[in-house]
Amino acid sequence: MAMDWEVFCKDTLDGVVQSGCFGNGRDITYLDWLLSAWGWTVSVSLTGLVIALVAGSIIGVIRTLPASPWLVRFGNAWVELFRNIPLLVQIFLWYFVVPALVPPMKAFPPFILVVLALGFFTSARIAEQVRAGIQALPKGQRYAGMAMGFTTVQYYRYVLLPMAYRIIIPPLTSESMNIFKNSAVAFAVSIPELTQYALQVGEETARPIEVYIAVTILYAISAFVINRIFAFIERRAQVPGFVVAGTGAGGH
Amino acid sequence: MKKLWLAAAVSFLASGAAFAQTTDTLAKIGERGAVNLGVRDSSGLAFTLGGGKYVGFHTEMAERIVDDISKQLGKPLTINYQVITSQNRIPLIQNGTIDFECGSTTNSRARQKDVDFAYTTYVEEVRMAVNTKSGIKSINDLGGKTLAVTTGTTSVQHIRKKARDANLDFKQVMGKDHADSFLLLESGRADAFVMDGSILAANIAKAKNPKDFAIVGEVLSVEPIACMLPKGDAKLKKAIDDSIERQVKDGSLAKLYDKWFMQPIPPNNVNMNMPVSESTKNAWANLNDKPMEDYGN
Repeated sequence: MAMDWEVFCKDTLDGVVQSGCFGNGRDITYLDWLLSAWGWTVSVSLTGLVIALVAGSIIGVIRTLPASPWLVRFGNAWVELFRNIPLLVQIFLWYFVVPALVPPMKAFPPFILVVLALGFFTSARIAEQVRAGIQALPKGQRYAGMAMGFTTVQYYRYVLLPMAYRIIIPPLTSESMNIFKNSAVAFAVSIPELTQYALQVGEETARPIEVYIAVTILYAISAFVINRIFAFIERRAQVPGFVVAGTGAGGH
Repeated sequence: MKKLWLAAAVSFLASGAAFAQTTDTLAKIGERGAVNLGVRDSSGLAFTLGGGKYVGFHTEMAERIVDDISKQLGKPLTINYQVITSQNRIPLIQNGTIDFECGSTTNSRARQKDVDFAYTTYVEEVRMAVNTKSGIKSINDLGGKTLAVTTGTTSVQHIRKKARDANLDFKQVMGKDHADSFLLLESGRADAFVMDGSILAANIAKAKNPKDFAIVGEVLSVEPIACMLPKGDAKLKKAIDDSIERQVKDGSLAKLYDKWFMQPIPPNNVNMNMPVSESTKNAWANLNDKPMEDYGN
């Protein structure tokens, strides 16, 4: 099939190919639009990732606390709630149902609601990983921390978490890449991101194949950059002789 | 308007396989004593009631066309209903699985390369639906408002053009599908929903409080909807066109329209309440098979 890559240089209204491929002012080309859509995808994903990491870490830690059964139950409930409901359904709950129950939330922009949905959904998965990482450590480490006279906060901060996070970097990498791919659901609530771009521009230009190739490449690049960042962190944070020692290149 | 991008992709793949040949569908129909008719399961013009029952304005019109063909061939014909979608309709016409289809296919120049169209029997008008309390009466009232449109439709482009021409600034939210877009309007997240008139009317008829919504404002664009048939089959095209001409001339098509758009219809007995538009009347008065590009879009 003959590819027509010039389609990205076309003005979005009159379909005239612009020199330099970028429009100006109110006249935008499909390339301008594509970059803006990529911007939305990246913003949704990164903001969602921050929420997921913070909330996931807190919930994950809570679930391993030794003497707080109610906090543990809360953590368990959180994880079960957010990982048992399909992401797309959660998006609609945040967008249509929650604002109907909590009227002030009607004023929230869709971006915030999507980021909350994506962040909390992923937080449940990250919480599981954090819990697994902490529980993978020998019990002796916790007791050693206690024996040193550390408070709970202190032995988590100085003994358990530094080791647990190192163990879970590989699954965290997957989760962070997933959030980029999952961000496609934001299209369902009117975020003008890459998936929506692909559907709309494919229709307008009748060149869906070129459009999908471009969008696929941008998704792949975004996820791959995150992968490399985590691989770098993993290498730098490695404790010699611990966990993935010997592979040298990270385990993924 | 229903032409999803996939239609283009699939038809491309199919056109590679299709080879030039002159088909005589009428002879084939006569031999098998049956017409393979393409129908839709959920469009405003053709839909299903379930259990193999297909109804709607265009479906019933197609049944009358089959009656006329049966008279012309001098033998009784049965109809095999075959559900088609926006994605597979062109390949199925091209490979002969269906003889012709009457649903909600827009006659466009791009499609005319692959298939032929009968006379336009319905003209879709792109309009906007608003909440009656909003006070919006025209495009010019939309400054600063939020508009809902459905992703993957050409309405998005029309509205962007209008915005530029009228130098208006409004926000645009894109629903995943028509039901979502209408929900945006219903839940107050959008002030107006821009889409095909028949889709707006159907959504309003099904709304919780149909009286809260109205279709207002100017016609943003028009698209001719016609029955689609295999390319280059002059005999079949003439048979279908003649039948349409008869139905228009003796007023039965207008009565059929009334039955499906101005009276309560199954399955829910809602009235679409959509009087025949000027554009459709005009298409009946001057029968033609022009593509949408000739309508000044």
